[in-house]
Amino acid sequence: MNMITERADQAREFFRPDQVWPFLVPPQQQSVDVSKQVLLYIEGVNLSFDGFKALNNLNLYINDGELRCLIGANGAGKTTLMDVVTGKTRPDTGSVYFGSNINLLEHSEDEIAQLGIGRKFQKPTVFEAQTVFDNLELALKSNKGVIATLLSRLSPTELLRIDEVLQIIGLQDQRFMLAGALSHGQKQWLEIGMLLMADPRLLLVDEPVAGMTPQETERTAELLTSLAGERTVIVVEHDMEFVRSIARTVTVLHQGSVLAEGSMDQVQNNKDVIEVYLGEEA
Amino acid sequence: MSTSGMLQSVFKDRGQPGGRVMPFVIILLVVTVLASALNLLTPEGSALHVSTYTITLLGKYLCYAMLALAVDVVWGYCGILSLGHGAFFALGGYAMGMYLMRQIGDRGVYGNPLLPDFMVFLDWQELPWFWLGMDQFWVAMIMVLLVPGVLAYVFGFLAFRSRVTGVYLSIMTQALTYALMLAFFRNEMGFGGNNGLTDFKDILGFDLQSDTTRIVLFLLTAGFLCAALLTSHWIMNSRMGKVILAVRDSEARTRFIGYKTETYKVWLFVYSAVIAAIAGALYVPQVGIINPGEFSPINSIEVVIWVAVGGRGTLIGAVVGALLVNYAKTRFTAILPEGWLFMLGALFVLVTLYLPKGLIGLYSQLKQQLGAGKPAAAGTGKSSSAAKTEGAGA
Ligand SMILES: Nc1ncnc2c1ncn2[C@@H]1O[C@H](COP(=O)(O)OP(=O)(O)OP(=O)(O)O)[C@@H](O)[C@H]1O
Ligand SMILES: [Mg+2]
Repeated sequence: MNMITERADQAREFFRPDQVWPFLVPPQQQSVDVSKQVLLYIEGVNLSFDGFKALNNLNLYINDGELRCLIGANGAGKTTLMDVVTGKTRPDTGSVYFGSNINLLEHSEDEIAQLGIGRKFQKPTVFEAQTVFDNLELALKSNKGVIATLLSRLSPTELLRIDEVLQIIGLQDQRFMLAGALSHGQKQWLEIGMLLMADPRLLLVDEPVAGMTPQETERTAELLTSLAGERTVIVVEHDMEFVRSIARTVTVLHQGSVLAEGSMDQVQNNKDVIEVYLGEEA
Repeated sequence: MSTSGMLQSVFKDRGQPGGRVMPFVIILLVVTVLASALNLLTPEGSALHVSTYTITLLGKYLCYAMLALAVDVVWGYCGILSLGHGAFFALGGYAMGMYLMRQIGDRGVYGNPLLPDFMVFLDWQELPWFWLGMDQFWVAMIMVLLVPGVLAYVFGFLAFRSRVTGVYLSIMTQALTYALMLAFFRNEMGFGGNNGLTDFKDILGFDLQSDTTRIVLFLLTAGFLCAALLTSHWIMNSRMGKVILAVRDSEARTRFIGYKTETYKVWLFVYSAVIAAIAGALYVPQVGIINPGEFSPINSIEVVIWVAVGGRGTLIGAVVGALLVNYAKTRFTAILPEGWLFMLGALFVLVTLYLPKGLIGLYSQLKQQLGAGKPAAAGTGKSSSAAKTEGAGA
């Protein structure tokens, strides 16, 4: 008897008229809670590839609006860290939160992108068989469902936005060129432009100035610094000159965990850092 | 015209792979209508007469062209190398074949009004459940679309969601068509075993042997092929088409800008399977038979070669490739039947080495070289206006 009433209660609960079943609720953009000023929480993250610890109890907090530089020797785990944040790789343990409310480990790559995290790859990756314009159009912040893209047309605002970004990345004259025909530096910029199109909250930029001329590097530095504030930017770079020119806070990664954090000068005079770097050179 | 409209037309002008299809569609329709008229209106002995045999042969080629188009849509545009599209073609064909079987009624050898001959032969007493309703044309037509469509959805969902790509995916598609072939060979499956379904009499009451029925089927095939070309062109020129190309060139990048790529792949795969199925359904009444041989893995591989020869990633290329290679096959097998597979292999090697973009690629390269002398501005103006009219037409 008891069981029957229990079941009936369950059924009543299930069919409550004032509620919608969770699977029928349209997936809505969760907004990020940054009331604690921190945009990205990475806590106790461990990840190993066949026994090799690529990330080792890593803790990292990124403030909202900050421009953070991430440095470290080859294989320190910088790219792997970005893989974890963007959903490409799942850590073995640990937690990754976007704001204090969104657990990134529960989301797939495309959902994370839609939440407002953009990523530039270490090796510039643009759609080479399509024009610069198309590349930017694809990256537009828009409904990315199949039917919506099938029927979508560019609105005047969207066109303006594309023009604006073309201006920022200095590719106005190349807009109808195939992306594959761009120089290496231009591809890097196009990829940054694609990030901007999506209007992201957080940008993860992996080695943006590799293969750029000094002038191009300088312009990239300007661009990235101008983005911080409104957006949060994490830059991975080996070019120390470049890091010095943009960095406010630098985090040094070593063997999958944080070795030191602080201003460029602090970090450079840190004895652990000196030891590791000198040790590598010896 | 709005700025966005202008931009759109400029885009098409920038030669998205696929190029313009409208001129080709018109040529195709004119040729088929002309051939039909010459068949019906000129006397048999006349020099202009097109024989019914030729019409049937052309109709068959057009079905193959549609199948090639289906493969091109997934392979050329999205990088999904399907080596099993013959399965969708054959399933569409079987659904049509079942309808045609039931149309025979009591005119079969055993004169059983309900059961097709092969069932009487197997001593079956009643129609299996999946044959019920197949005497209704509309039910059969729904099955033509539904069965291959659902199979493609389930297959695509499982494969793409587990991120199977490249060679592994191709092998899975081969396995799919091979497994179906083995299944359809079995008598107990209820599809006529290795003899398949044949001896059809009429379709919707029209005699399948009559010239007019054959002409109508031929024209219908051309019509469906054109519709498939135009629809595919529309899809590939929409933003969805750009996403599809993006998936082909860098799926990871596409994910990281927020597209659920597996959903795109699944739906494109379903679209492609449905085109293949329609082609199969049009094929069966024209050739008069469907048997498990159509599931053979070799068939699906041949389709890929047609597409490669014509030029993958160009809609017209797939059609042209299928037409030319099949014409060559008809000619060649008349002289040296055993040699064809070697020819086909050699053709594939040659195309892969020397014509990576196929015949269409060669054609546009030649055109570019010839047109290089002309002033560029005039050329652009002319082609962009062409793009506009074509945009309106499509
Ligand atoms: N998918 C993988 N499978 C196995 N090992 C991997 C994988 N991805 C990364 N690694 C290893 O993890 C370690 C960290 O790699 P990661 O790419 O994160 O380094 P990085 O700091 O970005 O170096 P670089 O400055 O060279 O880009 C390396 O030793 C690398 O070989
Ligand atoms: Mg790296």
